Amino acid sequence: MDNKQRIVVIGAGMAGGRIVEEILKRDSSSFDISIIGAEACATYDRIQLSPVLAGEKSFDDIVTHSDAWYDANGVKTHFGYWVQSIDRVAKQVVLHDGQAIGYDHLILATGSDPIRLPLPGSDLQGVVAFRDLHDVDLMTKAANAGGEAVVIGGGLLGLEAAYGLAKRGMKSTVIHLVDVLMERQLDEAAGRLLEKALLERGVISVLSAQSEAIVGETHVEGLKLKDGRVIPASLLVMAVGIRPHVEPAKSAGLTVERGIVVDDQMRTSDPSIFAVGECVQHRGACYGLVAPIWDMCRTLADVLTGKNPDAAYYGSELATRLKVSGVDLYSAGQFGGGEGCEDIVFRDPGRGVYKRVVVKDNKLVGTVLFGEAADGAWYFDLIKKGESIADIRDTLIFGQAVTEALAGMDPNAAVAAWPDDTEVCGCNGVTKGAVVEAICGGADNLDKVRGCTKASASCGSCTGIVEQLLKVTLGDAFKAQTGPKPMCKCTDHGHAVVRKAIVEQQIKTIPDVMQAMKWTTPDGCSSCRPALNYYLLCAWPREYQDDPRSRFVNERNHANIQKDGTYSVVPRMWGGVTSAKELRAIADVCDKFDVPMVKVTGGQRLDLFGIKKADLPAVWADLNAAGMVSGHAYAKALRTVKTCVGSEWCRFGTQDSTGLGIKLEQDTWGSWMPHKFKMAVSGCPRNCAEATIKDFGIICVDSGYELHVGGNAGIHLRGTDLLCKVATEQEARDYSMAFVQLYREDAWYLERTAPWIERVGLEFVKTQLFDEETQADLKARFLESQAVFQVDPWAEHAPKSEPAKVFSPLADLRDGVSQETLKEQA
Amino acid sequence: MNANVTLNWIDVGAAIDIPYQGARRVDTDLGAIAVFRTVDNEYYAVMDKCPHKGGPLSEGIVHGRHIACPLHNWSFSLQTGEAVGADAGKGCTPTVPLKIENERIFLGMR
Repeated sequence: MDNKQRIVVIGAGMAGGRIVEEILKRDSSSFDISIIGAEACATYDRIQLSPVLAGEKSFDDIVTHSDAWYDANGVKTHFGYWVQSIDRVAKQVVLHDGQAIGYDHLILATGSDPIRLPLPGSDLQGVVAFRDLHDVDLMTKAANAGGEAVVIGGGLLGLEAAYGLAKRGMKSTVIHLVDVLMERQLDEAAGRLLEKALLERGVISVLSAQSEAIVGETHVEGLKLKDGRVIPASLLVMAVGIRPHVEPAKSAGLTVERGIVVDDQMRTSDPSIFAVGECVQHRGACYGLVAPIWDMCRTLADVLTGKNPDAAYYGSELATRLKVSGVDLYSAGQFGGGEGCEDIVFRDPGRGVYKRVVVKDNKLVGTVLFGEAADGAWYFDLIKKGESIADIRDTLIFGQAVTEALAGMDPNAAVAAWPDDTEVCGCNGVTKGAVVEAICGGADNLDKVRGCTKASASCGSCTGIVEQLLKVTLGDAFKAQTGPKPMCKCTDHGHAVVRKAIVEQQIKTIPDVMQAMKWTTPDGCSSCRPALNYYLLCAWPREYQDDPRSRFVNERNHANIQKDGTYSVVPRMWGGVTSAKELRAIADVCDKFDVPMVKVTGGQRLDLFGIKKADLPAVWADLNAAGMVSGHAYAKALRTVKTCVGSEWCRFGTQDSTGLGIKLEQDTWGSWMPHKFKMAVSGCPRNCAEATIKDFGIICVDSGYELHVGGNAGIHLRGTDLLCKVATEQEARDYSMAFVQLYREDAWYLERTAPWIERVGLEFVKTQLFDEETQADLKARFLESQAVFQVDPWAEHAPKSEPAKVFSPLADLRDGVSQETLKEQA
Repeated sequence: MNANVTLNWIDVGAAIDIPYQGARRVDTDLGAIAVFRTVDNEYYAVMDKCPHKGGPLSEGIVHGRHIACPLHNWSFSLQTGEAVGADAGKGCTPTVPLKIENERIFLGMR
């Protein structure tokens, strides 16, 4: 026997699973934990039952703590058992089969029960609640038989049930007692929008309707209302609310009111017994949502493990989101109104948008969002912070983006007002305080701040903020950088100057550039070397010898490195079109090399993950043998040309978008560029290939082809600019090649087309491309470059007669590997 | 630790098998070792695991006597194994004794 304290958890639902996890997170060795659950299966996310019912998720998707998880963590499980009694004197829990489990601490996580209305006929077959997996099973089976479903209760749960059943093909009707759906969350206007949105999804709402009796012989046949109407039903779901499950706490003599009464440390009236979750009544409140469960479990785990013996739970702010696909509904905090509450409301019935925020004493206390709920988390954060919103009140209702953009009209003041703990750089977790401290410590320009804090050193999207902080902190001492920024710390020259020198002085190697431009380091750094390598191969395609040592790992190994050091491999699928032969070859590679995951990419190809570096050449050889080449998914180069099926199949297609996409890809694959480059061709203005967020996108129309440039998704979304419209495929291809070459020659390394066009202006691009001679020259230079670079790097490295040694380790000194074998290889 | 432990020098390959500004990996029971050759023809060896997120340093870009990790671009001194630049002080990858004799690379193992 060891001296571990014994913790017994009754209830293996969301609260039960969570408390075990929270305790183990803090202390995995001091406790001997047992968990008892009446459902015979592992812990799952009950909130996600609605998507399971709707067929949008499977049960496996929603398991949070599997049997294997409990096993691996040394937790004893008693699933399929229920508790007969709690013996507080002997400190043990007796199960229904008579076995007793002793405890030092007992945690009740018994959850809640659905309320069943005492209607006549409520014991008929086909009458169910919507609470656990068993209910979902019953409902799914009923739905498979078709017919009509009636759901009593137009709250969150009832509507999700009705939607799920409609989605499974039943005629679905919601019966609600009052005249507005979800009246606790919505006002009448929003309720009507919701009613309409649900009707479009096959759910009929019957409001102000009081149920009288469930009719049927042995099986439910319908629901009779007080007004005499009978609504036919082969399935009847009661979703009218929940009630804390207080057995066996009550029989054990604990203090129980509506729920099991607990103090701020989740302790019941017996100091050895605690309770968490929906079974709890804390400061008079019972909760039916998850956020409070998480809060309670954190508090209790802190207390029990001694991590923070004084931890306390003070109640939770609540937010809910309706899980009905395509219906965006979010509510948080108080929205019931009351004294001193003011409403700010935005309505756009045409778009089906309704937003309401509730303000009290200049603080945000609640919100309801319908149709556009993306700002929910932002509002909820404001509610929880409880700070004055007086300054942003006039734009509050328009959401975070507008409010912050408008607040940014005097950006320095806004930034100056931020508290020190505001995170400036999300990539590196740098706060405003840390940046200001660095500036005060002598970092008086952007590079120095980057050097000592890393703020804005990763994605760069917070560069502007860091510059504002420099201005605010240094005042007049701050001098905005004059002239172009240096390429990196190895030189004072900017990209443009270095590039010009390469071309004008005909410099053809990296060491010569560094010599000529007075580099301060012997061989540059990981930032300038790849840039110089690119500038040189772009300027001198036939003469420059590519330097693999100045390329990032992916371009050196022709695959994408993953966090665990393995690689992913993407073969090219021209225009996103593949064949049985290719798929078979890919499947064979997956089997042969134990590929753990195959993922369909956003660029219409397949990505094979988890490949060992040493296997890469063999993988390429197999793919090559089936006629596939590198997809350059790893490269600053042409990635994919996404297409729709166009006029070949689609009834809306105006041109052969697939065929054109394949031609574009054949024209441009293999060309190295300043950054990655994506294309797309859509067969009609419906734009299924999403051409307007690509570097070069084509939208086919009846009369020809619209050419778009400079779009990207990425950190800063940018839609394309329309370049021009052309009549023939050949013109479209000529423009694409000339555009690519202009970008290759003019953009700085790691500058995508979107920021490049913003920097040089669309007019510059148009002037160059619309001049026939310039366009022809660009295309000619592009073709010359392609003559050199359109080579499959995989075929170059794939093993032919001898193994590709550089992809294998230099030596293997692990036990069991014979040194003799190594010498033979050497 | 006994400071007088004699090193067991193990031949892991030919010096020319590592390109200038390049690296190769050597697998051992204690984890992989990255062996580097700088632009000035100096050889170094460190454990092939970035202290940040475990990235394979042998796949990074060698510059001067430094290596930039391929995953998040942390830079390390090949002489001391310490992180340098923006990430100085945040971590260190252990160095491994190395000598070149008769154009062969030897790693000093305990």
